[in-house]
Amino acid sequence: MKLDVQALTGGFDDAPVQSARAFRAALNALSRPGVIVTVAGAAGPAPLSVAASVVLLTLADGTTPVHLAGVWDCALVRDWITFHCGAPLAGPAEAVFALGDWAALRPVGRFAIGRADYPDRAATLIVEMPLLENDGMQLTGPGILHKAALRLPEVEAFQANRALFPLGFDTFLTCGDRLAGLPRTTRVEAI
Amino acid sequence: MTETAAPPAILARKVWIGLLARSRPDRVADLLPRLPDHEVLRPAEVGAVMVRGRTGAVGAPFNLGEMSVTRCSVRLTSGTVGHAYVQGRDKEHARRAAVLDALMQTDEGPSVQAGVLDVLAAEEAARRLARAEKAASTKVDFFTLVRGEDK
Repeated sequence: MKLDVQALTGGFDDAPVQSARAFRAALNALSRPGVIVTVAGAAGPAPLSVAASVVLLTLADGTTPVHLAGVWDCALVRDWITFHCGAPLAGPAEAVFALGDWAALRPVGRFAIGRADYPDRAATLIVEMPLLENDGMQLTGPGILHKAALRLPEVEAFQANRALFPLGFDTFLTCGDRLAGLPRTTRVEAI
Repeated sequence: MTETAAPPAILARKVWIGLLARSRPDRVADLLPRLPDHEVLRPAEVGAVMVRGRTGAVGAPFNLGEMSVTRCSVRLTSGTVGHAYVQGRDKEHARRAAVLDALMQTDEGPSVQAGVLDVLAAEEAARRLARAEKAASTKVDFFTLVRGEDK
């Protein structure tokens, strides 16, 4: 099998430092819903955004099956994830991470929400967004002082996910090199 | 376990990648002091692999123990990609081995084979022979007199 050069480039140059910074950024994004952070250091092949590449490089490894949805399920992205993360590719039910845009990821009921005794065994969705702005839906809940705003692709799915608490999936929203987090604890309302 | 037959090019590559993995870092550096221009695809990183064995080479597999390995992937300016997994924690060694793997796939293959790999293979054979001879010289043949139990 001949690997395309694009599938081999675009990893971290200095993995210990860059992945530590990226992990901190992802942690900040997920613990402060509505805050948009900027990440750098990795660039996977199109259609993978910089932020999604960084999240995958930092969080995915041989123990976390990744599900690719829509146009993200292409040979280049598959090879890139295999070479740089070593993560196995899986169907939606087994996936720990799922990558795609919102249209490709729907219906989100396919993904793992954890079990009552192991709520952490839930999927994390990495949703590629055309635009990431602090307007649109209103967010309240843990990590948000009063309220925050974030433009989300849908309201009902996140409200249904919140209703499952303590089960439910967590979400990263990515656009270019910008990253926002939406954990299962956040209450989403349309304004 | 049956191994499926791989094409000869892959079998040959397995041989030289294995040889580089077991080679001594200082000897590889002596034989290839200057590396050609290349880009690092995956910087050298140290990890551990579990070495497994089979009793008498046929028994059930067991975990012998972990060993340190260093891996690296590079791309030459010509575009040829080379990978290396070497034993130990020497990052420069892993990079050199990856460059050698890439060079072996180019037109320079025969000269690298003669200048580096053949030398390493000869030295490895000599090391193994010396070790086997040292072990053989300490071998003790036990014998017992017939004690008359088995009638």
